[in-house]
Amino acid sequence: MAPYASDDSTTAAGEVDDLRSGRRKAARYIVPVAVVGVAAATIGLVPAIADSGDPDLPEITAQQLIEKIAQSDVQQLSGTFKITTDLGLPDLGGLESSLTSGAMGSGSGDGSSADPTAKLTELASGTHTLRVAVDGPDRQKLSLLENASEYSLIHNGKDVWGYDSKSNEVFHGTADEQRAGEEKTQEVPATPKDMAEEALKAVDDTTSVTVDGTAQVAGRDAYRLLIKPKQSGTTVGAITVAVDAKTGIPLKFTLTPSSGGAAVVDAGFTQVSFAKPAASTFDFTPPKGAKVTEEGELEGAAEAEGHRAPKSEGELRKELDKELDKELDKELGGRKSGDELGKAAHGGPEVIGEGWNSVAVFDTGGEGVPSGAEVGGDMGGFLDSLGDKVTGKFGSGTVFSTRLINALITDDGKVYVGAVDKDTLVKAADSGK
Amino acid sequence: MSRAEAVSPTEVISQRQAIREPSPLWTFGLLRSELLTTFRRWRTLALLAVLAAVPILVGIAVKIETSDGASMGGGGPQSGGPAFISQITNNGLFLVFTALAATLPFFLPMAIGVIAGDAIAGEANQGTLRYLLVAPAGRTRLLLTKYATTMTFCLVATLVVAVSALTVGALLFPLGDLTTISGTRISFAEGLGRALLIALVVAASLTGVAALGLFVSTLTNSGIAAMATTVGLLITVQILDQIPQLHAIQPYFFSHYWLSFADLMREPVYWDDLVKNLGVQALYAAVFGSAAWARFTAKDITA
Repeated sequence: MAPYASDDSTTAAGEVDDLRSGRRKAARYIVPVAVVGVAAATIGLVPAIADSGDPDLPEITAQQLIEKIAQSDVQQLSGTFKITTDLGLPDLGGLESSLTSGAMGSGSGDGSSADPTAKLTELASGTHTLRVAVDGPDRQKLSLLENASEYSLIHNGKDVWGYDSKSNEVFHGTADEQRAGEEKTQEVPATPKDMAEEALKAVDDTTSVTVDGTAQVAGRDAYRLLIKPKQSGTTVGAITVAVDAKTGIPLKFTLTPSSGGAAVVDAGFTQVSFAKPAASTFDFTPPKGAKVTEEGELEGAAEAEGHRAPKSEGELRKELDKELDKELDKELGGRKSGDELGKAAHGGPEVIGEGWNSVAVFDTGGEGVPSGAEVGGDMGGFLDSLGDKVTGKFGSGTVFSTRLINALITDDGKVYVGAVDKDTLVKAADSGK
Repeated sequence: MSRAEAVSPTEVISQRQAIREPSPLWTFGLLRSELLTTFRRWRTLALLAVLAAVPILVGIAVKIETSDGASMGGGGPQSGGPAFISQITNNGLFLVFTALAATLPFFLPMAIGVIAGDAIAGEANQGTLRYLLVAPAGRTRLLLTKYATTMTFCLVATLVVAVSALTVGALLFPLGDLTTISGTRISFAEGLGRALLIALVVAASLTGVAALGLFVSTLTNSGIAAMATTVGLLITVQILDQIPQLHAIQPYFFSHYWLSFADLMREPVYWDDLVKNLGVQALYAAVFGSAAWARFTAKDITA
C-alpha cells in the first residue's frame, strides 16, 4: 500500500470520490499552464503598452528640425547603439570573415585583427551592438560588442588605439592634432548625426522632407524626420531619422527599401546619456603580453593591397561611417561621395544621373565576370545563380542585386553601381556608352 | 538507498517532535539531511572531481602551448577555443572565466542534470521515496527541499570550477591588474569581485536546467531514464540554438543567453543580456517547478 502525503486525500473509497480527486489532481496542472500564459502575455503585451505612447511635442517644420540638428552642439554623450543591416545578402558568417582575413593575410602575412579596417566589413551585415562615448573633440570611444569579446577604438588626445579583446591584439596610431581640430565641427557627435547630414545634403527638388510625427527612442522624446525620394527608379523607399527633441541629436536612422519589407539599415541608440563619461573610459594601456601593431607597420602592406591605412582619428571614423552607410553615400551621389569613393578605389568614378538615381561608374579595366559557360561545371552554375544576365546597347553584362544596391558588371569590365533598380542601371549603362 | 534508509528513522523521531512542537527549523533539518545525502554520494564527488579537472587541463594545455613564448590564439579573429583563452598567459584570473566558459555549455549542466534527474526518480527507483513520504513533511516541502538541494549543487559545482581555476591560474600564470574586454584596467581585487559575481551568475544560469531536470524526475521511476532525458534535452536545445532558421524562438531556450556572463567583464557592464538570461531562468524555474509540483503532489507513489 502506498503511503500518502499529508496534503493528499486519496483515501477516498467510492468511485465518485476517485473521480473528484482525479479532477483535483488535474486541476494542479493549471498552475504551470497559468505561469506560461502569464509569461506569454507579459512578453507580448509589455512592449505594446510601452510602445503606445508617442510623445506630445509642439509642432515643428522640417526646416526648423534640420536647423535644430545643425545647431546641436552636444559635446558629451555615451550610449548603446544598435545597427541592423539587411541587404538581402546570404549570411556568409564565418566564411566572410575568413575570406577577408585571408585577403588581409595574403598581402601582409602579418595582418592585425585589431586593425580598424579589418573590422569594418563585419558591420555590413547582421545586427551589431556598439557603444559610443564622446567627451569633447579629443576623446572618443567606439566599441563593437561581440560574443564574450569586444573591439574598441579609442581616441584620447594624440593616440588612437584599436583593441581586439578576442585575440588580445592592439593597433596603435596617432591622431594629427590639427586634423582632429578640423574634424571637430563636423565629426564630433557620433554616428547618427553624420548619417543624417549625409541624408540632408540630398534635399533638393528630387526629395521630399517632412516631419512625420514623434516617437520615443532610447527613452527620449524625438521628432521623426521623413525623407522620401520623389523620383522613381530608385530602390530607396524612405529614410526616417528620429531627432531628439531637446538636444537635436539624431537618435535613430532607418532606411526602408522601395520594395517594402524590413528596413535595410536600422541604426539607433537603445540607451543614451548626455552626462560626461568617466575619464577612465578613454584610458588605455596595452595589456601585458598583447601584440601591438603600430600604424606604420601596416601601412606598407595595406597600400599594396589597395587599402589605405587610416591616418587619423577623423579618417578612421570616416572610413567606419563610410562602411556603415556606404550605400547611402552612393545614391546620395553628390560630389563628396564621389570624391571619397574615388580615393578608395582605383581611379575616380563617373556619376551618371542625378539625385537618387545617380549611378557610379568604375572602370576596372578587367575582363568582367566570366559567365557560367566560360567557367563551366558546377562553379559556372554557381556564378550564374549569383547574378542575372542582361544585354543592352552597352553590350552584355551581369547584374548583381541586393535589396538596396544593384551593380552591373559589363563584359568589358565596367562596373555600374547605384541604389536603383535594374532597368535604371541598364539605362545608365546605355547612356554611358 | 542505504543512507537514506539510515536517515529515515531519525527523521521519524524528529518528526514526532515536530508534531508536538512544530518548528520552522524542521524544513532546514530535512534540507540538511538531503544535502548530506547528496554530497556524500560517490557519484556527486566524482562529478565535482571531473569539473575541477577541466580548469587544470585547460591551464596545463595553455602553459605548454605558450611555453615557447608564442601567444595563445594569436592567429587572428578565427582563433578557436573558449572565450578569454588568449588572455590567460597574461593574467591567471582569466583562467576562471575561460574555465566557466568551457564548462557552462556542457559539463556543468550535465552534472546538474544527473543530480536533478536523480532527485525524485532515484529515490523511487531505490524504493526509498515512500519512506521519505511517511514523514509528515508533505510532498510540496519534500519537492522544495529537493530543488534547494539541486540549486545548492549548482552553486557548489560552479564554485568548484572557479576555485580550481583560480588556484591553477595563480600557480601557472602571473596575477595582477587586468584589462577588461572594453580595454579599461581594473585592479586585481575588483577582478576577483567580478569573478565571484560571474560564478554566481553562472550558478543562476543553471536554475532553469535544474527545474527541468526535477520535472523530468517526477515523471518516471527510473533515475537513469530521468538523467538521460535531461541531458538529452540539454543537447537537443543546444543544437537547436545553433540553427539559424529558428532564431525567432531561440531567445526562449534556457541556454541561449548562458555566455552572457562575459558581459560582466565589459566596462561599463552591459546588463541587457544578463537580465534576459536571469529572466529566462526564472521563467523555466517557475514553469517546470510548478509542473513538477503538479505532477509530484498528484502522483501515486508505488515505489
